[in-house]
Amino acid sequence: MTTQTDWQPTASLQALRQRAQLYNEIRQFFAARDVLEVDTPSLSHSTVTDVFIEGFSTTFEHGDRGHNETLYLQTSPEFALKRLLACYQTSVFQMSKAFRHEGFGRWHNPEFTMLEWYRVGLDHHGLMDEISELLAVVLEVEKTERMTYQQAFIQYLDIDPLADTTQRIAEVFNQCEINLSDEYPIDHDGMLQLLFSYQIEPKIGQHWPCFIYDYPASQSSLAKLNANDPRVADRFELYYKGAELANGFNELQNADEQRKRFEHDNRLRRTFRFTEKPVDERFLAALQAGLPACAGVAMGIDRILMLRHGYTHIEQVIAFPVERA
Amino acid sequence: MANFSTNEFKAGLKIMLDGEPCNILENEYVKPGKGQAFNRVKIRKLISGKVLEKTFRSGESVEGADVMDTELAYLYTDGEFYHFMNNETFEQIGADEKAVGENVKWLVENDVCTITLWNGNPITVTPPNFVELEITETDPGLKGDTAGTGGKPATLSTGAVVRVPLFVQTGEVIRVDTRTGDYVSRVQK
Repeated sequence: MTTQTDWQPTASLQALRQRAQLYNEIRQFFAARDVLEVDTPSLSHSTVTDVFIEGFSTTFEHGDRGHNETLYLQTSPEFALKRLLACYQTSVFQMSKAFRHEGFGRWHNPEFTMLEWYRVGLDHHGLMDEISELLAVVLEVEKTERMTYQQAFIQYLDIDPLADTTQRIAEVFNQCEINLSDEYPIDHDGMLQLLFSYQIEPKIGQHWPCFIYDYPASQSSLAKLNANDPRVADRFELYYKGAELANGFNELQNADEQRKRFEHDNRLRRTFRFTEKPVDERFLAALQAGLPACAGVAMGIDRILMLRHGYTHIEQVIAFPVERA
Repeated sequence: MANFSTNEFKAGLKIMLDGEPCNILENEYVKPGKGQAFNRVKIRKLISGKVLEKTFRSGESVEGADVMDTELAYLYTDGEFYHFMNNETFEQIGADEKAVGENVKWLVENDVCTITLWNGNPITVTPPNFVELEITETDPGLKGDTAGTGGKPATLSTGAVVRVPLFVQTGEVIRVDTRTGDYVSRVQK
């Protein structure tokens, strides 16, 4: 419903200036490291298969295939950036809008600013080092911490997420009195996810940003499996003061393995009765042609801005959140 | 009653949970990078008064509760029911002891209270934030004390006991904050 004041931005002029300043600092950071800024499409013929990420879609009536085509707004520029990497073998970054068909909340707007970058020749630990250097600039933090997913569960909940049975995890889950609605289906990974959100996230990254790494292989997504322990994937996430700031991988290069994971996602989608998603054949062809060994990460810039200046709601750093857009 | 999706959740929305009408106090949408979105909701059960946290799958729907607040003046009690009247329509309604609960000690004739109705029946009675009541009993205090530092217990006409400054005497009318049970001031008769 339109009211007389909702034409106005929710962000102050100062917050807009702070955003512009942050963009400048980030661009300088990458220019100094010779990482190329690129711009890839927001609209694509394909989207992600990830079970819990939904893209927006629209209809393209002017394609050359003689019929209407579905185009998806990108949920992250990952596939396009990796196609550039496969072709030009050079480190790249993109800072642009990403779109997800999700709700609005304190930390969420369906369209948000994402910084995504790929470093040729670095693995995920090398990339975590570089992220720490970026955080030193944009958040003025002196250091970051690292902890494996397994260590975090052992330390805070006394369970081993890689070895313990579902029954043992359910025991701890019930002790934590996470009160689920009657219509909340919960499985092994679902319990771990809620335990992480409710019991671990509030305790990590309170003083210094904290990387959680070595996620279970079942959550490997586009990351390589660990060479020494195939139970885990070379994936990390960054947490700071209650916010999930970044998600990164030591990037999977094997096209066949990647195709299997996409197909597995779609099988899971069928189980959950979600719509299956078309697999991005151009992306898989790029992997087939050869992605250089690299690590990549996506970072939420609106959240960085919130933490940098102590804002408590994302609408304070976005000119027009979805309700006013 | 209509159903509400978690997208419509916000503070003040009344929903049904475990067969009891509830008021949403806080709602937070959470979407981890991995895993499904959920809503962390803080809820007050309106009959028991219990506050609890509940996790909903994002997008699920729950039944709304037909709950409304009305402003009614307190009339009297017949021992079983507490009777209230709408000052405009003169319609009367009786709330039982369970609905009145602890707040019975703040009921003053003709004071306008907030009565919460669920499907038309009173489930809670909230007195005005401030009521004026006469002291029926308190120890004689020292005349010189005006700072109100120590204080002493005083029993009011409804049976409520509050701490008052030493200079306040039996027979005086005082103003009390019903939310905290604190003495506010003396009232000139």
